[in-house]
This record gives sequence, structure tokens and C-alpha cells, in this order.
Amino acid sequence: MTSGRLKSFSIAAFSLFCVLISFTAKAGGGGEEGKKFDAGKAMLDHIADAHEFHFFSVGDFHATLPLPVILYSPQRGLDVFMSSNFHHGHDDYKGYRMVGHDIVAVNEAGVVDETVTVLDFSITKNVAQMILALVVLFFLLKAVANKYKTGQGVTSAPKGFQNAIEPVVMFVRDDIAKPNLHHKANRYLPYLLTLFFFILINNIFGLLPGAANVTGNIAFTLVLGLISLVVILFSTNKHFWGHVFWFPGVPVPVKILMLPVELMGVFTKPFALIVRLFANMTAGHIIILSFISLIFIFAEMSKVAGFGFAPLSIAFAVFIYVIEVLVAFIQAFIFTNLTAVFISQAIGDHHYEEDVHH
Amino acid sequence: MGLLTPSLGYFVWALVAFIIVFLLLKKFAWKPILKSLNERETNISNAIASAEKVKAEMAQLQNENEALLAKAREERAQLLKEARDMKDKIINEAKEQAKLEANKVIAEAQAAIQAQKMAALTDVKNQVGKLVIEVSEKVLRQQLSGNGAQEAHIQGLVDTLKLN
Repeated sequence: MTSGRLKSFSIAAFSLFCVLISFTAKAGGGGEEGKKFDAGKAMLDHIADAHEFHFFSVGDFHATLPLPVILYSPQRGLDVFMSSNFHHGHDDYKGYRMVGHDIVAVNEAGVVDETVTVLDFSITKNVAQMILALVVLFFLLKAVANKYKTGQGVTSAPKGFQNAIEPVVMFVRDDIAKPNLHHKANRYLPYLLTLFFFILINNIFGLLPGAANVTGNIAFTLVLGLISLVVILFSTNKHFWGHVFWFPGVPVPVKILMLPVELMGVFTKPFALIVRLFANMTAGHIIILSFISLIFIFAEMSKVAGFGFAPLSIAFAVFIYVIEVLVAFIQAFIFTNLTAVFISQAIGDHHYEEDVHH
Repeated sequence: MGLLTPSLGYFVWALVAFIIVFLLLKKFAWKPILKSLNERETNISNAIASAEKVKAEMAQLQNENEALLAKAREERAQLLKEARDMKDKIINEAKEQAKLEANKVIAEAQAAIQAQKMAALTDVKNQVGKLVIEVSEKVLRQQLSGNGAQEAHIQGLVDTLKLN
């Protein structure tokens, strides 16, 4: 326990250190040009997706890791090149220009061409990190699975990393799948396990210093929410739709009143999942960034105030960071658990229903 | 607001990534892991069940052993008792026999003694008779050496005979 706490604390401290460096560089750079430090913009910049990994900038030097840009437009076809060709938005390349975080088409005169539709399938910061996290996840779990195949953990006690994965797998099986889905748990278990580990690994990777905010992105949570919706809809039966369209046990006017409410409920459930994960992960990042930003806001008033406030601000940020580590697990659990609950509602627990009607 | 509009590229990549990871993990991770965990759980529950069974069997065996032991003890006691009875009986019989034999021997001995005593007595009587006759002969020869004495004695004998 103590070593685990120490580890997460040191990760938090290291991460903050890195964030701090990038901020210092930015604030310093901004100061030279006489610009004011805009905390809101800086924070949104940090949690937003980008076409490159930006670590820090000193003056005009930007330490970045360029990523491939994949563009498709019906008029121009497919274009694939590295994001470094944009030179951080200073240059146009192949008739495309980077405006903020978006890539738009420009014509030969150098004016933004609104008539060309650009579909951006780039391997952005989020995509790259997600793929990296998933590769790590896959090989980790594959290694554990291979260990099980050799008999380790079956006829003998589990060893090493098996002990880290096994309780989580058991938790998903015994505390999420089985209490909600009962005898149908095994059918949904691979999906629920994948969902849990998919969210968890990306939450954790998103907390690493300099890493992208993978799970705190509405597109990411939208994918998971839509998949949940599809799984829920495929699990529904006559019983469930009977409840939605003709609510049992109430007078006819109430039945008609209940219809839109119930029908909306089908879609609000996954929508709540989407917003919950997005808001929780984004909020965590924003709070940490806010505490760090406070240092620079104070520093703009006076250098002494900035240095004076720094220890307090960092202490708070570390505290929030440790909570975020907890939230990474909790949100993975909540998303998976609620998905299991919604699936069980779609299946309809007939035994329970019968008990209620009697 | 850019934060709340999902970007198409990320959406597509995330969807593709989730589906691929789901299929890969399902085949290479969850199947073996869940299978192993289930296997282990069945092994453990089987082991517990068989341990319980063995325990019950042991208890039954112990009961049986105790019953057997008790029975054996009883039998031993019975055997001992029978042996003791037998011993007493044999001893008593032997004693009876011995007494009878002894009585018989004693009786025979007494009879033999009696017979020998009688024989001895007869012998003594014969000897005494013989001795008396010899002495009487000697005495008579002495006394009847003269004619007169002979005649007197005969006379005497005749007298006694007449008396009878």
C-alpha cells in the first residue's frame, strides 16, 4: 500500500514538474512578446487534441513530436504527410493550412477555400497515444494470458503481473457482470472486460506527464457510448419494448404520457455515459491545470507572489492528481457497471419482475 | 465550442481501435484467462468437495474402527471368560478324576494290605500251629517215653473224647 501510494505520488510530482516546465517556457515566451498569460486558453490548449506532441517551447524553439496527417477531401483525394510540414501553423502545405487545431483547405492565392470539404483522419496526439496505450494493453494481457496457458495460476498460485490483472478481471466478472447479468454474464464478459480495460488504460496514459487527454474527449466517449447503445439495443427483447411503448400497470392516459419519456430514456442512458466520462476526465485535467495556472496569474501581478504561491498551488495540484489516479479507476468502473446495468434492464430480469407483480 | 464537437477522425480511429482491440483481446486474452480462472475455481471447489468427502469417509472409518474395536474387546472378554470357565471346569474335572483315582488306588491298596495281612496272619497261624505241634510232639515224646505214661495219656485222650 505504502509503496503504491509513494509511486503514485512520485508520478504525480514528476508529471507536474513536466507540466510546469512547459508552462514556464510558454509563459516566458509570451512575456517576451508582451502578451498576457491567458489561463483559459492555455488550459483548453492542453486538454484539446493536436496534430503533434508538444512538450515545451523556448523562444522560437518548439520541442515537438510530429505526427502523420491523413486528409481526405472529395475534390482533392487522399493526402498523407507529416504535421511538421506545417511548421506549427506558420506554413501552408499541399494546399492545406493549420488554423488553431483544425486543418482547412486554401486555394492558390493563399485564401481559405470554403468550397473544399476536408475530412481529417489524422493520427493526432490522442489517436497516437490511444494506439500506443492499446498496444501496451494488448501485449500485457497477452503475456498474462500466455502465463495462464502454461498452467501458472491454474494448478498453482498466480505469479507476478497475473496478480495485478487477475483481481481486476475477477472484479469485473464477480462485481459488475454477475450481479447484473446473472446467467448471461459470460456472454457479455469479453465486452465488459474490454470496455473496462480500454477506459482504464487510456485514463492512466492520459495522466502521464505530457500525455494527451485521451478519455476526456467527446469523440472518444461518444464511440464508447454508441457501442454501449448498440450492445444494449441488441440485448433488448419483447419484454423491454413492451415496457417502453406500453408501460404496464398504469391507466391508458399515463401509458401515452410514459411513451416519450421511456423512449427518450433509451437514448439518455448512453448519452449520460458519454457526458459523464468526458466531463469527469476533462474536469480533472482542468483542475490540475488551474492550480498550476494560478502560479502564473500571481506571477504576473508580482514575482514574489508567484514564487510564494507556488508551493501551495503545487500541493493542491498533487492532491488533485492523486485523486485523479483514483478517478481513472472509478470512471472505468462506473462506465462498465452502468453499461452492465443498462444491458440487464434491456434483458429484463423476469424473476425480479414477477416478484414485483405478485 | 471546439471542446464539445466530436472530431470525425478521432471518432473513426477510436471506433476502429475499440473493435480491433475487442476482437484481439477476446481471442487472445479473455478466453484463456477466463477459462483458466473457471478451471481453477472448479479445481478448488472439487478439491474442497473431495476433501470433505474424504473427511466424512475418515469419520465413518473411524466409527467403524471403534465399533470393530469395541466388538473385539467384547469378544476378547467373552473368550477370556470362556477360557476361565474352561480352565475351572478342566481343573475341577481333573480334581474329581484325581480324587476318584486316588480313592480307587487307596481302596486297592487297602484291599491288598488286607489280603496280605490275612495271608500273613494265615502264615503266622500255620507257623504257630506247626510250632505248637512240634513243641507238643517234643513234649509228648518226652512224657510218653515210658509205657505207663503212654497208656495214661491215651486213657486221658479217650476220656476227653468220651466227654465230647
